[in-house]
Amino acid sequence: MKLNLKIWRQKDANSKGELVDYTLDGVEGDMSFLEMLDVLNEDLINNGKEPVHFDHDCREGICGTCSLQINGEPHGPDRLVTTCQLHMRKFKDGDTIVIEPFRATAFPVIKDLVVDRSAFDRIQQAGGYISVNTSGNTVDANAIPINKHDADDSFYAATCIGCGACVAACKNASAMLFTSAKVSQFALLPQGRVEATERVQNMVRQMDLEGFGNCTNTGACEVECPKGISLENIARMNREYLSATTKG
Amino acid sequence: MSGLIKSSIARKVVMALSGLFLVFFLAQHFTINITSVVAPDTFNEWSHFMGYNGLVQFILQPILIAGVIVHFVMGIALEIKNNKARAIKYKKYNGAANASWVSRNMIITGLVVLAFLGLHFYDFWVHEIDYKYIAGNAEDPTRYYHETVEKFEPFWRTALYVVSFVLLSLHLWHGFASSFQSMGVNNKYTPAIQTFTKIYAIVIPLGFIFIALYHHFNPITH
Ligand code: SF4
Ligand code: FES
Repeated sequence: MKLNLKIWRQKDANSKGELVDYTLDGVEGDMSFLEMLDVLNEDLINNGKEPVHFDHDCREGICGTCSLQINGEPHGPDRLVTTCQLHMRKFKDGDTIVIEPFRATAFPVIKDLVVDRSAFDRIQQAGGYISVNTSGNTVDANAIPINKHDADDSFYAATCIGCGACVAACKNASAMLFTSAKVSQFALLPQGRVEATERVQNMVRQMDLEGFGNCTNTGACEVECPKGISLENIARMNREYLSATTKG
Repeated sequence: MSGLIKSSIARKVVMALSGLFLVFFLAQHFTINITSVVAPDTFNEWSHFMGYNGLVQFILQPILIAGVIVHFVMGIALEIKNNKARAIKYKKYNGAANASWVSRNMIITGLVVLAFLGLHFYDFWVHEIDYKYIAGNAEDPTRYYHETVEKFEPFWRTALYVVSFVLLSLHLWHGFASSFQSMGVNNKYTPAIQTFTKIYAIVIPLGFIFIALYHHFNPITH
């Protein structure tokens, strides 16, 4: 199929950037979205032009490196997939596809479609860990009984790959879904309760410091999250935060 | 403490609590108003009580006004912060793909309701203050019914009331259930809360619209 692409090109963090038109022929339905961009880049390189820069790593939906706002939606129109797992069969011959970087003040553009998502790392560093020493004194996983429901919910929260689609989708560029997933995966387990009070306060403080917006419960994040992280996590984080704050 | 005021979650909770308070007030307001259609004498009686009871006038009324101000000021503060959080906008943003129009446009529906409150304050509150404290008129426990009905005589005012209540309905449609999520309530009762929200968001504004239209089409003949 033949596609009309409108791709955000931006030389570096300080340049202005604009949408540039490309026409790409010979796109197969079996290609992933990133493979389609690979084909475009080969063309560009062969013609002595600068290829389009975009983030990617595992290309199997597990690392959270790929991004892209595709026709106004993070990771494109498909549900529960990352851009690397989005197939071109979701598009038709002659389609126009607008490709932009994830937009948030806290995710500045580095070049073209590549944005700096290290704000997420700093939120994680503010409290997304437990201080149990696991090296050399590993305890049997079943030594502390954990209710199945909590273990499952914790596991689901832990499937967040930190891609940032929740921020990109949110009209407020809020990072609540990401942060709540990282808070929840520990909050639900006894091992995580030890630092629970400081964790939620520190992570929320860091999230606010990074300049993410405020959640207004539109639910866009949950719909666009490639891992199906639920809004229940945000409610849990709100509860955790309220009880941590009232505890002082 | 200042950290708490700046915290995104604390602000969300303030928004939720003030919103729920206003939702509760709205139901109470509706209960009194509907008597103007079904039992004008009761309407006069209750209105007189509300207008001259010290507790209502000097404690509850200031709390209500504070509730409106907090909800409005916080809403504007959040809107400004959220705008800054995406300083460079998307060229193409498909908001409808993942969230409802009402949830994305609370600021619009909210500002219309606020503008309506301006008119409403002018119509009733300013009038009351003038009647009681400035003009210093004597108590008249029978004036409320005809004063209210007369207000709805002009078509423009009735139309403005109707439009405002449609927007209030949209505001409630998202806001009521949303306030529970903000306070951390998302559990097996959530579907019931969402259903109740929808019923409330339709029934109460529709009721107010009915009252306005009823008085418009049934003027007091002198
Ligand atoms: S919550 Fe979902 S959308 Fe957000 S960072 Fe995690 S995986 Fe990505
Ligand atoms: S490249 Fe790893 S999730 Fe897409």
